[in-house]
Amino acid sequence: MTSISATEHHGPEKGLMRWILTTNHKDIGSMYLIFSLLMFFIGGSMALIIRMELVEPGLQVVQPEFFNQMTTMHGLIMVFGAVMPAFVGLANWMVPMMIGAPDMALPRLNNFSFWILPFAFTMMLSSLFMDGGAPNFGWTFYAPLSTTYAPPSVTFFIFAMHMAGVSSILGAINIIVTVMNMRAPAMTYMKMPLFVWTWLITAFLLIAVMPVLAGTVTMMLTDIHFGTSFFDAGGGGDPVLFQHLFWFFGHPEVYIMILPAFGIISQIVPTFSRKPLFGYPSMVYATSSIALLSFTVWAHHMFTVGLPLVGELFFMYATMLISVPTGVKVFNWVATMFRGSLTFETPMLFAIAFIVLFTIGGFSGLMLAISPADFQYHDTYFVVAHFHYVLVPGAVFSIMAATYYWLPKWTGYMYDEFLGKCHFWCSFIGLNLTFFPMHFVGLAGMPRRIPDYSLQFADFNMISSMGGFLFGFAQILFVIVIVKCVQGGKKAKAVCWEGAKGLEWSVPSPAPYHTFETPPNLPDEKYP
Amino acid sequence: MKNTSEHYYVPNQSAWPIVATVALFFVALGAGLLLNSGSPIVLLIGFALLIYIFYGWFSKVVEESEKGLYSRQMDQSFRLGMAWFIFSEVMFFAAFFGALFYVRTLAIPWLNGSGSHAMTHTLLWPEFIAEWPLFHTPAANSSVPSALPDPFHLPLLNTILLVLSSVTLTISHHALKIGNRHKTINWLAITVLLGLAFLVVQGIEYYEAYVHLGLTLQSGIYGSTFFMLTGFHGLHVTLGTILLIVMLARMRKGHFSAEKHFAFEASAWYWHFVDVVWLGLFIFVYVL
Repeated sequence: MTSISATEHHGPEKGLMRWILTTNHKDIGSMYLIFSLLMFFIGGSMALIIRMELVEPGLQVVQPEFFNQMTTMHGLIMVFGAVMPAFVGLANWMVPMMIGAPDMALPRLNNFSFWILPFAFTMMLSSLFMDGGAPNFGWTFYAPLSTTYAPPSVTFFIFAMHMAGVSSILGAINIIVTVMNMRAPAMTYMKMPLFVWTWLITAFLLIAVMPVLAGTVTMMLTDIHFGTSFFDAGGGGDPVLFQHLFWFFGHPEVYIMILPAFGIISQIVPTFSRKPLFGYPSMVYATSSIALLSFTVWAHHMFTVGLPLVGELFFMYATMLISVPTGVKVFNWVATMFRGSLTFETPMLFAIAFIVLFTIGGFSGLMLAISPADFQYHDTYFVVAHFHYVLVPGAVFSIMAATYYWLPKWTGYMYDEFLGKCHFWCSFIGLNLTFFPMHFVGLAGMPRRIPDYSLQFADFNMISSMGGFLFGFAQILFVIVIVKCVQGGKKAKAVCWEGAKGLEWSVPSPAPYHTFETPPNLPDEKYP
Repeated sequence: MKNTSEHYYVPNQSAWPIVATVALFFVALGAGLLLNSGSPIVLLIGFALLIYIFYGWFSKVVEESEKGLYSRQMDQSFRLGMAWFIFSEVMFFAAFFGALFYVRTLAIPWLNGSGSHAMTHTLLWPEFIAEWPLFHTPAANSSVPSALPDPFHLPLLNTILLVLSSVTLTISHHALKIGNRHKTINWLAITVLLGLAFLVVQGIEYYEAYVHLGLTLQSGIYGSTFFMLTGFHGLHVTLGTILLIVMLARMRKGHFSAEKHFAFEASAWYWHFVDVVWLGLFIFVYVL
């Protein structure tokens, strides 16, 4: 025992092998975050190709076939390559430090979960260079477009999804076990920071629905290669079955991409308001209810497919029910800020933008939830506007907020506040320019996923494209801020934000390679 | 509040995860290449690597466990990890059961015009008659089975074998808990034999289905759900049997004590899970 624990205390190894063989949650967290940033730029470039084509009506930049591949790959890469790994990376870095654990519960499994991703996405991206091109059936890969009419590369897409799924399930098991088993003894469940709470629930959702996705793509595989009839009505199956299976995965999946964001905002808003979070228990219950309800709303993605009336009604009401716990959360964030001593550093700017813009996305979601109205909005740019409003200023802004918030803890230096604010304002203006006009063109009937459009949509699309490029190039500022911060700058104190509370601020900045080898006592302050 | 008596074991750098990743990548890439261009080489390399890492990684864990590096808290991590893993497996099977229920209760009646789907029936396949099991598919372009496996013949035998194996495994576990190693090994060996017998019977059933009954993967939705559900279940029985064989080998090497035998328990959990899935299969795929 002694010989082993003696070797446990050394710092990081040198060179490339440190990263390949590491079992350290901070190393793995960094790799997740860097990987997701890379994917964010690849997926973002694809978005810019889409926006380039849509600057004017008519075909000018790419062929329709390639346009379809771009919309598909943009969605897949942003969801599975950028947003999800970024949250897992944040969980890796922060959850052990926030609960006073020495590392993740299963460190080698953790390394495995990460390294699967670069391989999976190499395979996914390589399909761009295969005969017949990359997957071109949309990120939702509805059968039979993705089975009977799919390019041959769909086989590799399926296996890439399997690999990404293995990574997600193992990563989620690791996080859920860490939270349940590795908390400092004094940290009861109702004393956990909300980021930990939201990740606990997210991990549960991941373990529950990623296997369903695995089963679904397996049915696609056998339909394509072994002559089964799951999604073929001629054999007694049903293409709509695919949609049910996909959205049974897909709807909890969108909460997987937003619950950790709720957690991040619930950490940041109290810090910069210098007040404890308003209504901690109601936040926990609201998050749990959102997660449970997420299993009962999937068919609101399928209102126009020909569901029985009772189905339309059930899924409409269940969907609207979700706005109640979500409203509780927004209320609590606003109440936390109410009469607080607010300051507006970059993380807080991103957090406030999150609250405002995510709420807009939530309201357009309510409009879409109304089944009869959805017959008008379905498959228009209104839907695109809706989910980009919940994902870009929602998930992506929360990741950026978290990066600015914890970057001093990770690197030991303060980031450049001026550049950070520039990044925020460019992103904020850029994304609103991009996505707000989409509401109008969508309500006017412009269909999504089409490379050409009718003349009356031209002006708004031009604005959207300019906003898209502003948003895209603003992200270079983000990289510059991060690189500068890693290289040096003003030294960060252990508690680098005046109002920051929690165990992660009780360790020095940068956080040592190993933290909390023995469980800490909780800080004296009122917690959480 | 300090809990300094036991250190949580955080392993040093390890090469197993990255080798496992490469193995997984080769399996995925190889399977894709096999299906798209018919060359099995990459897949075979992948499987060889996969077997190698399973052996190597688990050997390493066993070695650490035998050295006593694992605290009670670590043991709890393993338990929770295994429990959540089994939950993920439950959800994997749920997808296939869900497909089966959806097709039986909604899709096929709709193809026959039930509910508001009269036009579906009239316009698509007016000759189609809804039935379950579905012999004649709507497009009538798939192989038609002459008969289906009799649930009270081989499947019932398999049910008995698998339920019995759960009982013998529990007897073995109880023997281990009171420290009777000899009895543990014997009952565990019987469990393994019952598992292997199940696989043999399942093989015979598949052979009969394909060769004598004409029930294949191409037999429309009935063949699809039948073979996917029983096939994935069979794969899980295979994996469970391998787990139990490894436990048998470890018992014979003198591993495990009456108090500490998590790997044994995890394998047993897995085995019981596979058993429960079979009961669902027997009822919903064969009998009803």
